[in-house]
Amino acid sequence: MTDPRTLVVEPFERVAPPLTERTQAFWTSGADGRLRIARCQRCRRYLHPPRPVCPACRGGAVAFEPVSGRGTVWSWTVNRYGWVPSMPPPYVVAQVELAEQPGLLLFTNVIDCPPQRLRVGLPVEVCFARAGEAYIPLFRPVPDDGEAAAADGEAGDVQG
Amino acid sequence: MSRAESAAVITGVGRSRVGRRLGADPWVLTAEAALAAIADAGLSPDDVDGVSTYPGAFWSTPGITGAGVDDVRALLGLRTRWHCGGGELAGQLGAMVNAVLAVAGGLATHVLCFRTVWESTAQQAYGGRAATLLDGGGSGGRPVRFGRELAQWTTPFGIGYPCHAALDMRRRMELAGATREQFAQVALVARRYAAANDAAVYREPLTMEQYLDARLISDPVCVYDCDVPVDGSVAFVVSRAGHAPDPARAVTFEAIGSASGFDEAAAMMWDRTDLKPADVDVAQLYDGFTVYALRWLEALGFCGAHEATDFVDGGTRIGPDGELPMNTGGGQLSGGRLHGFGGLLEACLQLRGEAGAHQLPDVPRVAVVTSGAEAFTSALLLSR
Repeated sequence: MTDPRTLVVEPFERVAPPLTERTQAFWTSGADGRLRIARCQRCRRYLHPPRPVCPACRGGAVAFEPVSGRGTVWSWTVNRYGWVPSMPPPYVVAQVELAEQPGLLLFTNVIDCPPQRLRVGLPVEVCFARAGEAYIPLFRPVPDDGEAAAADGEAGDVQG
Repeated sequence: MSRAESAAVITGVGRSRVGRRLGADPWVLTAEAALAAIADAGLSPDDVDGVSTYPGAFWSTPGITGAGVDDVRALLGLRTRWHCGGGELAGQLGAMVNAVLAVAGGLATHVLCFRTVWESTAQQAYGGRAATLLDGGGSGGRPVRFGRELAQWTTPFGIGYPCHAALDMRRRMELAGATREQFAQVALVARRYAAANDAAVYREPLTMEQYLDARLISDPVCVYDCDVPVDGSVAFVVSRAGHAPDPARAVTFEAIGSASGFDEAAAMMWDRTDLKPADVDVAQLYDGFTVYALRWLEALGFCGAHEATDFVDGGTRIGPDGELPMNTGGGQLSGGRLHGFGGLLEACLQLRGEAGAHQLPDVPRVAVVTSGAEAFTSALLLSR
């Protein structure tokens, strides 16, 4: 069941990814508000993008496991070019490093964050937007981050 | 161990018209470059028995590829004993690596190696860069970028190629103190070289103020951090050593780095030669975005990790009188996106002392050329 606390409704349409045997569990994970990442059942490494074989130990047992949904901004940019007709710029593109494993990076958008607050290392947490049958994992600043109160009043010119 | 590098030389170089919105048939551009390269080698098309290209006729958005192996074989009436065209190579110049292997392995004697683009005309016809990535020719079409498995990890987030460069640049700015003024030097120095190169696309002066005020694509990437889509073709003839009609003009392969990754390709190249970074007289480094040239400077050992912005600061080191003249024809930023083939052409002309008005005063003896970025890379060390 969809968790309203983590589901974001956006005023535009994202391009829905194809749901395949390899990726469906990732792209639909947000239905219950939790992010799931592929994990090797032998050496316990997380793999993203998900693959059916672990590139470290070559084990063939890979399963999707829930993660905390917490991480930090690895890097960010305010994109101003319209790459997808249905998705009007500007919006924030980022890579987020998940808390579970160093180097476990996801491409995403950071939302609900004025550009002045964005920085490498900013603590963020996952939320989701619907695109077709998929739940697209997005990230926003962790509410109890020290800067949150100060930034709440700032007007952001970035939608996302 | 026999080395493939010792068994092959570049005997001919050729270039078609290169420009913005030429509206020319890409097969005609291909023929211009190919016939020029074959003639430059002192050969006839009947001598060519191999063809190598990137990415060939199949994998394509409009403008990315102008001709494939079969197209050229039919176009020029070539009779080949070996050919290869494809997308999954060691960078765009992986087509040269393949040609070297073909002549070293004895499957061919003279390989025509080419790359043709018509992105500028395509983008005009379809209505912009993003439109060339859409289904149905861009008229209200949907992105078709899921053709490759990897695209699903970026398209739902509206991520374009410049965003990747921007993420790299932003991290350098926050963690290593890099500045936009430092990134700008890659573009500004390239433009100064281009001013003296009548084959470059953009030759008017570019100032720091213009760079800093330029339209942002994906902060901090501005238009001047991005190379320029053009129409054009570049071709080479790779010949088996000992079969060069004019050996004195041949350019020699010192070392090949075909490994995947900036660092890996560079390390492999240095591992195959006794030459060191200090021996390099001129560098033609892939500059699809300014930061890619910086990544190559670091990978090749001209400076340490995250030090390339300091290396290019002020523009002196990479200028014509500097310790490492870089992208001396204007690079792709001012010369046009000929996808690594333009850099290789410039390296050959400089090594032969035939670069004309923008020839370096001391004719270089050793050049390094790189193509591609991230996992799609190659590095070539050349000499004459």
